[in-house]
Amino acid sequence: MSAVSIKGVSKQFEAGVTALQGIDLDVEPGEFVSLIGPSGCGKSTLLRIIGDLTKPTAGTVQVNGKPADRARRDHEYGIVFQDAVLYDWRTVSKNISLPLELLHWNRSRRNARIKDMLELVELTGFESHHPWQLSGGMQQRVSIARALSFSPSLLLMDEPFGALDEMTRERLNAELLRIWQETGSTVVFVTHSISEAVFLSTRVVVMSVRPGQIAGLVDVDLEQPRTNATRESPRFFELVTQVREQLAAAGARLGETQEPALVEDQV
Amino acid sequence: MPKPTAIAQAFWDQKSALWSQGIYTFKEALGGYALGCSLGIFVALLFAAWRPLSSAFMPYAVAANAIPIIAFAPIMNNWFGLLNPFSKMAIAAVLCFFPVMINTLRGLTSVHPSSIELMQSYAAGRVSLFRRVRIPNALPHMFTGLKVATVLSMIGAIVGEYFGGPTEALGVKILNDSSYGNFTDAWAGIVMASLLGIVFYAVVALAERLTTSWHPSARAFHTE
Amino acid sequence: MSAIAVEPSNRGIAGALPRAAARALLLVVGLAVLWGVWEGYRWLGIREHWTWPFKVNDTNMPHISKIWHAFGQPLQPDGPPLRHYLWHYAIFTGKEALAGFVLGAAIGFFLAVALSQSNMLRRGFLPYIVVSQTVPILAIAPMVVVGLGTKGVSPWVSVAVIAAYLTFFPVAINTLRGLLSPDPEALELMRSYAAGRWKILWRLRVPASLPYVFSALKISATASVIGAIIGETPASLQGGLGYAIVNFNQYYSIQPANLWATIIVCALLGIVFFLAVVALEHIVLKRAPENVA
Repeated sequence: MSAVSIKGVSKQFEAGVTALQGIDLDVEPGEFVSLIGPSGCGKSTLLRIIGDLTKPTAGTVQVNGKPADRARRDHEYGIVFQDAVLYDWRTVSKNISLPLELLHWNRSRRNARIKDMLELVELTGFESHHPWQLSGGMQQRVSIARALSFSPSLLLMDEPFGALDEMTRERLNAELLRIWQETGSTVVFVTHSISEAVFLSTRVVVMSVRPGQIAGLVDVDLEQPRTNATRESPRFFELVTQVREQLAAAGARLGETQEPALVEDQV
Repeated sequence: MPKPTAIAQAFWDQKSALWSQGIYTFKEALGGYALGCSLGIFVALLFAAWRPLSSAFMPYAVAANAIPIIAFAPIMNNWFGLLNPFSKMAIAAVLCFFPVMINTLRGLTSVHPSSIELMQSYAAGRVSLFRRVRIPNALPHMFTGLKVATVLSMIGAIVGEYFGGPTEALGVKILNDSSYGNFTDAWAGIVMASLLGIVFYAVVALAERLTTSWHPSARAFHTE
Repeated sequence: MSAIAVEPSNRGIAGALPRAAARALLLVVGLAVLWGVWEGYRWLGIREHWTWPFKVNDTNMPHISKIWHAFGQPLQPDGPPLRHYLWHYAIFTGKEALAGFVLGAAIGFFLAVALSQSNMLRRGFLPYIVVSQTVPILAIAPMVVVGLGTKGVSPWVSVAVIAAYLTFFPVAINTLRGLLSPDPEALELMRSYAAGRWKILWRLRVPASLPYVFSALKISATASVIGAIIGETPASLQGGLGYAIVNFNQYYSIQPANLWATIIVCALLGIVFFLAVVALEHIVLKRAPENVA
């Protein structure tokens, strides 16, 4: 059974804009799949369709064998946004505890899990800090801890490190890989950074724009665990080039002259 | 304008009478404040929970906010009776209602879309969304309204008394003194009204600090 | 494009004409509902002898038609109708309010400019401005009018001073907030162009403050009308709406419709002031980007 199974998904917005057309994609359990594409290719929309935060106009999505809305109600996934979306009025602990409260976990069980999660994202000691007292990178780690706190099998991430500086981003990339391996979860990751996609993923889904379609798939066969040395390996550069060429080809088919992969995506 | 020392002297000489008059008027203000603010918060919650209601009513609320509501003070006196404290409470309540309602509603609805998506991703219900996101998000905005309302409630009570009220009321005392030319005494009354207003404001500001100490603006308290 | 906006955003870009029509319809519907609620409550209250929270009768809740009718009734036999008086009262009070509004807005704006230029001034002054906001200013209104009157200041000037006082606070505070709103990077950009203090003020700070100024002016517009009306009440200043309220209040038990008509005119004056500021905002802020660049 696939962790995520997308069949014939299209999405049209009210204004008549076709954001996505005929998307077919299967994500196997334990995979780390990145969606990459130029601005407006609908990669964030696709992520939200998987999470049942927006409905497709056509097609079906299954998560762990359940329809997307059932899966959402069964808490099959955790989500991380580009903004950490932490609540100012809650401390770090309380923010991580939010989904657990909604799942009616009792206090001692919650506290034990919060402790584990803080260890996982290496924020022990920051329990009673408020979000605005943390750096952007730390905030995003809290957000990841919150998403993983109730042990969902699937993690949806929408450009989670897009607003961070390069160095923080690389450190969090490594940390995310460690967490992914420790928890054994499936990850669907939206990004506009080619190197980030290649470094993190087991598979990269290249998308084209207008309408948003899958332009190609790149299997990333870099060995685990990946380290800074991975970033310097020839195979890493080959794969980066491969993704870049596919993006360029997808853009060229549309006669686009702009550098497609570097444009920030807000859809 | 009498000398400050003369006002201070008059204030000191009449302090017990001023105190009882001030408390009488303050009770009217407080009653109106409680009534108007709770109604404002309630309506804001209602509007936030049911958006079509809000978009239908907001233009009227904006229009109502642009009218000099205090002009209704004599009507309230006629409706509820000059000597009935409820006539002053009613005008104070109407004055408090709009800023509290509009600010609270703004806070309830100015939630970041991702916050709502996050709660959706947890399949959280409407009640949960209100309890855990909208209401905490609204608190700083609501307190902005509640602080403005302290001053408005005092104004409502005193101006209501200018249009007639019992002699034990501060507004009546101020008006009587000034119409007999006793400006020093009148100013002493105003000092009492101001003191009560400042204390009222400070109490609400303190409540704000206690309930929204988490808010980033708490850091900037002294520069605000 | 944020296509995932869950919070309903502003209504789409509709044509100006349908929107104006919708607003007119909204107004008509609102007035009709108000009329219905009033007459309905009145009818029920009289039939059921309601005394709580107030006694419902012809005096406390005159028919809307009676209030409307009162506008056309002469005050004295063979004199001009009420609407003639109310029109002149409204013009009189409106002038006071306008004078106070302009004066108060100008003082507030320039004080804010001064405060924005100096940290020390700001530290020294701002706490007082904030504390003085907690003083029930309107309660001092009669005192100011009577007090200034003994000094030979003509009452309408005193009333304008009160209107100015009420206008000044929101404008000063909001303008200051607006003047300080540009982020440090925008300021650094200006400095990189070797722009001086005045250039930064006029090219960056003032344009950035305009939306804040207008949100204050909208509050102040009503406040100045309130200040003028309340300021008039003790002034034995014949010829304004505040005077009319005091006067008709005394005859409320005989002719309630006159007081109601006066209050309606007060409400209209407040709305006219508010709408004038809204219109001004539309004109100024739409042009602002051109003027700035």
